[in-house]
Amino acid sequence: MSSNTNIKFSAEALDLCNKIMKRYPEGKHKSAILPILHIAQAEFGGWLSAPVMDYVATILRIQPIEVYEVASFYSMFNLKPVGKCVIEVCRTGPCWLMGAEDLVKFIEKKLNIKEGQTTTDGMFTLKTVECLASCGTAPMMQVGEKYHENLTFEKCEQILQDYKTKGEQVSHWRKERITNQSDIKK
Amino acid sequence: MGKVLLINDLDKDGIATLAGYKANGGYTALEKALKMKQEDVVEEVKKSGLRGRGGAGFPTGMKWSFIAKPPGVPRHLVCNADESEPGTFKDRFLMEKKPHILIEGMIISSFALGANLSYIYIRGEMMYVYHILEKAIQEAYDAGLLGKNIMGSGYDLDLFVHCGAGAYICGEETALIESLEGKRGNPRIKPPFPAVKGAWDRPTVVNNVETIAAVVPIVNMGGDEYAKIGIGKSTGTKLISASGHINKPGVYEIELGVPVEEFIYSDKYCGGIRNGKKMKAVVAGGSSVPILPTELILKTSKGEPRLMTYESLSDGGFLTGTMLGSGGFIVMDEDTSIVKNLWNFTRFYHHESCGQCSPCREGTGWMEKVLHKFLDGHATMSDIDLLWDIQGKIEGKTICPLGEAAAWPVAAAIRHFRPEFEEYVKSGKNMKDVKHYYRLNNLQPV
Repeated sequence: MSSNTNIKFSAEALDLCNKIMKRYPEGKHKSAILPILHIAQAEFGGWLSAPVMDYVATILRIQPIEVYEVASFYSMFNLKPVGKCVIEVCRTGPCWLMGAEDLVKFIEKKLNIKEGQTTTDGMFTLKTVECLASCGTAPMMQVGEKYHENLTFEKCEQILQDYKTKGEQVSHWRKERITNQSDIKK
Repeated sequence: MGKVLLINDLDKDGIATLAGYKANGGYTALEKALKMKQEDVVEEVKKSGLRGRGGAGFPTGMKWSFIAKPPGVPRHLVCNADESEPGTFKDRFLMEKKPHILIEGMIISSFALGANLSYIYIRGEMMYVYHILEKAIQEAYDAGLLGKNIMGSGYDLDLFVHCGAGAYICGEETALIESLEGKRGNPRIKPPFPAVKGAWDRPTVVNNVETIAAVVPIVNMGGDEYAKIGIGKSTGTKLISASGHINKPGVYEIELGVPVEEFIYSDKYCGGIRNGKKMKAVVAGGSSVPILPTELILKTSKGEPRLMTYESLSDGGFLTGTMLGSGGFIVMDEDTSIVKNLWNFTRFYHHESCGQCSPCREGTGWMEKVLHKFLDGHATMSDIDLLWDIQGKIEGKTICPLGEAAAWPVAAAIRHFRPEFEEYVKSGKNMKDVKHYYRLNNLQPV
């Protein structure tokens, strides 16, 4: 287990984890691993390092390997450092039919990086992802939890500019996440 | 024709909130159901003829009646909101616009199954919808529609949202259950089916979002009335996600039985092919179902007009037909390269194969590589037969249907568009310069 004491959730995030674990039957709190990894990714700069995953294992009271094998299976978890904004462009079927390939090339040119890379200022990472259920509003990209739909080059350029101006880390998980406080008994 | 049951009131004020939903007749079905016997609710769903709206089309009432009821063992209902089938976006639309219809459906369905703890498994990418559902569930708790002694009936239910993290395979019900348990989304060998051994080895029913939502009008109008909508064994209404080269992409609720031609060309639905182009092909039920050329999607091989029903779309089997599937209706115009589109789909399945079964793990990768040879201009005629051979060696040889989902599009593309594959072979290197993909609308070249 981790001996890295620098890695710790904020009190708020820790409270959230405990609430989420209570949503599953007694002794089945391992079920909370996906939401907790989302929280971890939002808390620690948008990616999951080995020490962060070890820390998640201690929260869930499971072996680190159980966290690694899950984190490496799901495409939303970044196992390498990423920029503050991860741009995820849908490349599948209907989005491809509507010009996703050109959109990716456009962003590559604008940011001067290739797919999978991060800009030198650490602001953007460009990822291509599979169908995001936004086929009727293709082409599209996701940044954090936000869907940017019906994209054109101009719209896309404006969106990139807006994120750059804000300069904040954007994650899928938002802080004020769990509203439902009910606990289950068994 | 033309009944709309699920998205008829989206323009009403505050329909996404509990107050707005109630003001428009929401939660009356729940009130009615809680006064019925559990088995009578199941009976109404059986009578309605409702079939699973996620893609497989299995009769919902029958699925419910399979749930095992060992004494003292809790049962669960899990809603499959892991909508990831390329071309399908109806569930996201419904949950975003009208979350309470799903919650009302979840409470009624959980009651019918005797479940006291239920989950909505939503894909992680739809995190903003996760919020919408969390908020709606909290509203329902505050109003006494969830929790202990719902509406004074003595029935208790806890309902939670659970988020995934990016894996198409988790839409398969046993992979979804594995994922809910906090593991990798590897599908399980069946039997045992989830109805006997599901989440945490307890009897579990997994239903699609639209299926659960449809339970609400079924309880309201009664199963017999619902069964009068639609044609034959395709009862009720279906949400169709229309995308691709059409004038009006979006989600449409159709009464099952609308002619395909009307659906594509009428202004009420897709509004025809954009830019005055001709239609080349349609993938009618999400990327896994066989692609059909224009003449076969509009008319069956017997020359009858094809209808938007489970039966009519599959008329002729895979030789000349396809499937209604999830209702992901992707339209392609005359400029579309079927070969490149197929490569795109195949790359998707290769990426999404969980890797458990060799035929799928290896086969999808090989198909992607062979298809890439066509795009690069160094495929040979024998590569067409090789592709056919590989897809045949995946189909039916895997634990879950992802194998079929990857194999069927390849088989159908070769079956109906073989000359296009041959053209790629004959053109060889010249194919590299051919504009075989779409340019983003009205914009300068990159």
